[in-house]
Amino acid sequence: MDYLFTEEQEMIKELAAKIVKDKIIPAREELDRKGEFPKEILKSIAAADLFRIFIPEEYGGMSSKCLDLCIVVEELSKGCAGVAVSYAASSLGSFPIILYGSEEQKKKYLPPIASGEKLAAFAITEPNSGSDASATETTARLDGNEYILNGTKVFITNGGEADIYTVVVMTNKEKGARGASIFIVEKGTPGFSFGKEEDKMGIRCSATRELIFDNCRVPKENIICKEGMGFVIAMATFAHSRPGIGAQAVGIAAGALNEAIKYAAERKQFGQPIISLQAIQHKLADMAMQVEAARALVYATARMLDSGKQKNFSKESAMAKAFPSDVAMRVTIEALQVFGGYGYMRDYPMEKYVRDAKITQIYEGTNEVQRNIIGLELIKESKRKKG
Amino acid sequence: MSISVLADKCTGCKICILYCPFGAIKVESKFAVIDLDKCNLCGACPPACKFDAIAIEQKERKVTNKEQYKGVWVFAEQKHGVIDTVSYELLGEGRKLAEMLQEELCAVFIGYNIKEKANQLIFHGADKVYVADNELLNDFQDSAYAKVIFNMVQLYKPSILLGGATTIGRSLLPKLAVMLPTGLTADCTGLDIDIEKRLLMQTRPAFGGNIMATIICPDYRPQMSTVRPRVMKKLPEDTSRKGKIIVVDVPLTKRDIMTKVIEFVKDTTTHVNLHDADIIVSGGRGLKGPENFRLIQDLADVLGGAVGSSRAAVDAGWIPYSHQVGQTGKTVAPKIYFACGISGAIQHQVGMRTSDVVIAINKDSHAPIFQIATYGIVGDLFQVVPALTKKFKEILK
Amino acid sequence: MNVIVCIKQVPETTEVKINPQTNTLIREGVASIINPFDMYAIEEGIRLKEKHGGKVTVITMGPPQADSALRQALSMGADEAILISDRAFAGSDTLATSYTLSCAINKLKDFDLIICGKQASDGDTAQVGPGIAQQLNIPFIAFVKKIEEISVEKKYIKVEKMLDEGYETREMSLPALITVVKEINEPRLESLRGKLKAKSAQIPVWKAADMETDAQWLGMNGSPTQVIKIFTPPKRQSGQIFEGDANDVVEKLVNKLKENKIL
Repeated sequence: MDYLFTEEQEMIKELAAKIVKDKIIPAREELDRKGEFPKEILKSIAAADLFRIFIPEEYGGMSSKCLDLCIVVEELSKGCAGVAVSYAASSLGSFPIILYGSEEQKKKYLPPIASGEKLAAFAITEPNSGSDASATETTARLDGNEYILNGTKVFITNGGEADIYTVVVMTNKEKGARGASIFIVEKGTPGFSFGKEEDKMGIRCSATRELIFDNCRVPKENIICKEGMGFVIAMATFAHSRPGIGAQAVGIAAGALNEAIKYAAERKQFGQPIISLQAIQHKLADMAMQVEAARALVYATARMLDSGKQKNFSKESAMAKAFPSDVAMRVTIEALQVFGGYGYMRDYPMEKYVRDAKITQIYEGTNEVQRNIIGLELIKESKRKKG
Repeated sequence: MSISVLADKCTGCKICILYCPFGAIKVESKFAVIDLDKCNLCGACPPACKFDAIAIEQKERKVTNKEQYKGVWVFAEQKHGVIDTVSYELLGEGRKLAEMLQEELCAVFIGYNIKEKANQLIFHGADKVYVADNELLNDFQDSAYAKVIFNMVQLYKPSILLGGATTIGRSLLPKLAVMLPTGLTADCTGLDIDIEKRLLMQTRPAFGGNIMATIICPDYRPQMSTVRPRVMKKLPEDTSRKGKIIVVDVPLTKRDIMTKVIEFVKDTTTHVNLHDADIIVSGGRGLKGPENFRLIQDLADVLGGAVGSSRAAVDAGWIPYSHQVGQTGKTVAPKIYFACGISGAIQHQVGMRTSDVVIAINKDSHAPIFQIATYGIVGDLFQVVPALTKKFKEILK
Repeated sequence: MNVIVCIKQVPETTEVKINPQTNTLIREGVASIINPFDMYAIEEGIRLKEKHGGKVTVITMGPPQADSALRQALSMGADEAILISDRAFAGSDTLATSYTLSCAINKLKDFDLIICGKQASDGDTAQVGPGIAQQLNIPFIAFVKKIEEISVEKKYIKVEKMLDEGYETREMSLPALITVVKEINEPRLESLRGKLKAKSAQIPVWKAADMETDAQWLGMNGSPTQVIKIFTPPKRQSGQIFEGDANDVVEKLVNKLKENKIL
């Protein structure tokens, strides 16, 4: 379907598609097998100016449109979801600064992210605080001109590879949800080290690592906005980033679907390519409908977000993340079924799509949490209509 | 210059559309229409049309005194005093052409201190050898060599001049062609004579070998071609053959040396040159790492062959570019080509698919290489290749 | 440093398919790309400019659609582009092409180095680069894999020239022409900023009348060679497949090779 992109958006898509074809597809099998961080590919993505997409122009960016970011993430995900998430996570780590950072913070941290020189990462998850973000145990205590951070973050994408981390901590436990704050912590800060690197089922080339804060001293200028704003900023961050994960899921599903179609057109059984069989055609049709619906939802949400017309878009963002990721899981499994026995073999790219798809239903807020958000928003809306 | 479709002859059969390499023909209302913006006047469609409905109008062309040009010449390449096999292959083919035309076959031999070797060319079929022997010609020089041949051509007026499509040939002959000026057809895989018109018919691949084109040079002399090595057959050496050696004195000065050789570095990663090899064993991404090229080298050594590579292995830094076979690498046509762990993407196929026998080893039965392999082994190359090496070692003892 | 890069737009041969019934080329939907070897030429030109200052001008002789190839070169970082296009150039063989391009270069006047790709992936002749050098009467070295040294003030260039059995270091004076091979560099991808800049760039079109040309050397008139026939080569068929235990399979293969006297 033609989504009526602008010429610039078409260019962005072409650039991402070229990187997929020239750099990602040749390398993805080895990166996945070894669990190796795609440094060189990210350099190519940076050279194509694609990191500038999510940064405002004043700080070296080029677009800062959600739809443009979704176009890039979707395209990259068709090739490898691990590469795509390494790129997308840098945008996730940047949003707190973009949305709530001070002028000095933006001027200092955003330009090197835009040029791709530095990667960013967002750190909220802890061993005891996943969906229950209010159970954050990492603390930050003011001591003179510095805050001292203590605690552990886990499963942080780009952990160890990023230079700039936006970290959610408790500055005032008594205030509960209003007691959290977000700090910018740079790699190399004394007291900030990295722990376990996770060995994952999918998106294996992306870095997923533990962050350890042991009396880590951070200048007080590094707090974003002020104390107590932590969860407000985190929610705003996710509302902006969730369509990107939706786009990642769309890309994974679209990539798997393309492979399935190609395979079905070549694979002959019973004297004909299996794509001539209705059973296969129906499977492919169902997959194609789901992918298109997911894509349309992501793009519509992104466009709406970019228009600035709707102040509260947490419901739509949640939809744009939950629906496509569920689609990705269904579509990749079905696409593997089309491949038959060969789909199960690691020599073929199909099983990687299945392994990669699963995480999209879990991270950046599990789909259960997304449904909570949607449900609560529906309740609010119905109350407003009544009143 | 124009091209037109003859209305009374065109039936709208659409065959011409298939033959147009530029997509310039459409059939509208059962009539072929040629888009002049896309048409390159390449001449492919008139012969393709069964109804002679396409005509290319040609203006009067400048005609040189063609009848004065006689003789089939071969530029005999030598490096460091050793005559390249391609020169003998050209003499073998040249002999055929000369017989058909009932003309002489001559070799052009350029270098320093090479006079004594000129006999070799006669033993391999030449009637005459024109020799230019000068210290300034010791290293290959486009400018000096071209000047020498240019002078020889003015003096002796050959009708045909052939050279090898080698690094030397493909740099020297284009320069010479512009100097003369005359037409040059590159990388020919087939040569023939149209005896009625006494023209050389030069057949060569284009579009990466997806199509073949036959080319003539009707009005300029000499008709020049570079010929792909290892395609033509050389004649067996006949030391009893007699011929004439004519030393041509070409005045050369330092000004004719436009590029200077400072150093020659031999490629020590290879024992056998890809171009000379009868057997090539190539490795690709399936080798998983540079150290595994050892398996390829072992098999090549046992067979006395050369080591080749797909682009993927070169790009990954596993083996130098000089081994790369394919569209942006070398084109080879050995007797046997082993493709080990190479998927066989079209860019690679383009570089090796005219090999006599292709043997592919790949664990993926869907790999495109199997579509062009004479023999295919679906299996793990880490087991199959050493097994082959062992087996060949046994039987070739 | 003033560099001129000559490029050609070609069909993407990797996608070129053969119609299985007629064994002819299917041209619909085949993308046009910059000739692969020319990408290395463009990249080398841009690197020289980045290192020594100056500018890179990219030129191509082709139909109007070749404009997109020039824009791609601009988005990689070339400074200027010129499209040399005229119906009078149709039917050009390599001699006429090198003549036409040299007329354009003569109009551009000042240059230190001309860089061409080794050969085009449709014609595969590798003749135009050396032909241009001869038309302009400048020295050239073909199949360059590395520029070791270059100096505009000293009018000097030293390169490594790829041979079949190794390589040579050669030097010559500037202005000169080189044709380059894949080993020389890794072409950069276009950037978004580059693409946007290229989109709005003005690319002049030079016709025969815009340059000093002699009509008898243009197009079909100026082409000594003519194509009289185009056909598809016999398609290579797939042969016998062996599967199974490595030693068994090897045994079977070697027997086959012996049987068919291949060994």
